[in-house]
Amino acid sequence: MFTFILRRLAVVIPTFLGITLLAFALIHMIPGDPVLIMVGERKLDPEFYKAAMARLGLDQPLYLQYWHYLTGMLHGDLGQSIVTQEPVMSEFLKLFPATLELSICAMLFATVFGLAAGIVAATRRGTVLDHTVMGAALTGYSMPIFWWGLILIIFFSVNLGWTPVSGRIDLQYDIAPRTGLMLIDTLLSGEEGAFKSAVMHLILPSIVLGTIPLAVIARMTRSSMLEVLREDYIRTARAKGLSRTRVVLVHALRNALMPVVTVIGLQVGTLLAGAVLTETIFSWPGIGKWLIDSISRRDYPVVQGGILLVATLIIVVNLLVDVLYGVINPRIRHAR
Amino acid sequence: MSLLHIQNLSVSFGAFRAVNHVSFDVNRGEILGIVGESGSGKSVTMLALMGLIDAPGVVSADALGFDGQDLLHASNAQKRKIIGRDVAMIFQDALSSLNPAYTVGAQLMETLKLHLKLSGAAAKKRALDLLDMVEIPDARARLAAYPHQLSGGMSQRVMIAMAIACNPKLLIADEPTTALDVTVQAQIMALLVNLQKQNDMGLILITHDLAVIAEVAHRVAVMYAGEVVETSPVPDIFNTPRHPYTQALLTSIPEHSKGAARLATLPGVVPGQYDRPRGCLLSPRCPYVQPRCVDEHPDLYTTPGGTARCFFALDDGGRPSHG
Repeated sequence: MFTFILRRLAVVIPTFLGITLLAFALIHMIPGDPVLIMVGERKLDPEFYKAAMARLGLDQPLYLQYWHYLTGMLHGDLGQSIVTQEPVMSEFLKLFPATLELSICAMLFATVFGLAAGIVAATRRGTVLDHTVMGAALTGYSMPIFWWGLILIIFFSVNLGWTPVSGRIDLQYDIAPRTGLMLIDTLLSGEEGAFKSAVMHLILPSIVLGTIPLAVIARMTRSSMLEVLREDYIRTARAKGLSRTRVVLVHALRNALMPVVTVIGLQVGTLLAGAVLTETIFSWPGIGKWLIDSISRRDYPVVQGGILLVATLIIVVNLLVDVLYGVINPRIRHAR
Repeated sequence: MSLLHIQNLSVSFGAFRAVNHVSFDVNRGEILGIVGESGSGKSVTMLALMGLIDAPGVVSADALGFDGQDLLHASNAQKRKIIGRDVAMIFQDALSSLNPAYTVGAQLMETLKLHLKLSGAAAKKRALDLLDMVEIPDARARLAAYPHQLSGGMSQRVMIAMAIACNPKLLIADEPTTALDVTVQAQIMALLVNLQKQNDMGLILITHDLAVIAEVAHRVAVMYAGEVVETSPVPDIFNTPRHPYTQALLTSIPEHSKGAARLATLPGVVPGQYDRPRGCLLSPRCPYVQPRCVDEHPDLYTTPGGTARCFFALDDGGRPSHG
């Protein structure tokens, strides 16, 4: 298992190099630079501009800038934000829990409902229920995130007034960040109503962010389940006199989960991409909003470092998924 | 009274009748062989009996009795109490019939917990005994093994252990040795017959291996295109087959064709969904076919030893009775 992980990590190195190059190239291709953006429409003194660029190291040729970025990164230094002067890493760590909390809730929502929908559709194959569930899944998958988010806000927040429009918690609460996860922090703070407020703030963003993964998981679960239900061992299980529920949930589901776990792992990428949009719609102070903001400020170190960290995250999650296979499927565990 | 009584069991998939008015009985302690080509409806009949035919398949029967209970009108929950406990089944491909995600022990104990309400330790002990009973060496270690770690013969033994877990009164073995090596086949067959004798089980043995039937079965039912065409006690069927199809089956055994240049075969194939003849289903292939066979569908007629679905059942000399 250990050598397996090492081998996987070795494959990751070229991927990382590619990502750094891409992030660096793309952000420098956007017209403008941090100084111009900061100055805005005011008149800019050419001397001051030159001095500022030199101070930021932006007057050097691009290949040198890339080299500094690369060597800094290898030393574990992602640089500091041009705007806030804070190290990129510490900003990331401060904002990451918000994204993590949102992603976990979205994934929980997607997995629970996606699995249930897939199982129901598979066991009622060809019925109206099956077509309805799968039609809904396709609709969810095709829905643009920002539009879906706005529709939900208009309906539930504005018209019905059930949920708040934006942020992580009502302004009246002052919660000290301990874990950074609002659900846990509010519980620790002991403030009355704070936890409920945090939950209410999470509902809509989780649904919006979880909709596409939900649709993907539902469709995958259905097709995988249909395949497994045709297997000989399902016939054996039924010949034992087991109830239909036990046959489906115990004998079929575990085997059907294999491809679903892959898909859940792959969805983490989609999730972080979706987080950028979802966090922007709901003013959720997480990584997605941070990246969007820093792109518009041309905050080069933040964009480069942030993208790299997000990519690391996706790679780590995919590695975890591979390891998880072995837990679910004994055949893979023993093959190593 | 017989242990299992099936009367006019039919299974259709849409317009296609896979099994057509099949009737037979099995007694306690009896081994009934069912032979026939692939697609003759042997397995489907058994799956219907076990309640394992799914929509769009439709099962109908005039009577379906097991050990004094009416399976035909039993609810699914009632049937599930009998299936797996009193009636158990083993299948052709044992390796794919075991769930790859669970250990042998877990799959064995599941049945024990369900039907006998055994707790963890008691179930484990019984599982060990069962593995011993089916002659699996190092049973304790095998409990923790996964199916992919077993050989074909070993997994069939596990399947048998699972099937006899609750001392069933009737065991259905659907081509239990077809997927195995020849040497292993003999071992598994011997094991099955031993267990059958020890527990006084009824055993339905589905096979296309007539040698196996000759060796172990008491009675045999021959199926063709979804119908029973002949039933007969075992020694008789080899000496005096009454149905032309049975006769053809027997002559296709290599030993019966000794000295002949070619192995005897029956021309043609089993009729499928769209080419079922109007009269006797064998009429397009039968060497003794008469005009009546083409027009009329024969019933099962009584013969000296059993029954045969033929207007002109063969006599002791193997010639059709119309001369």
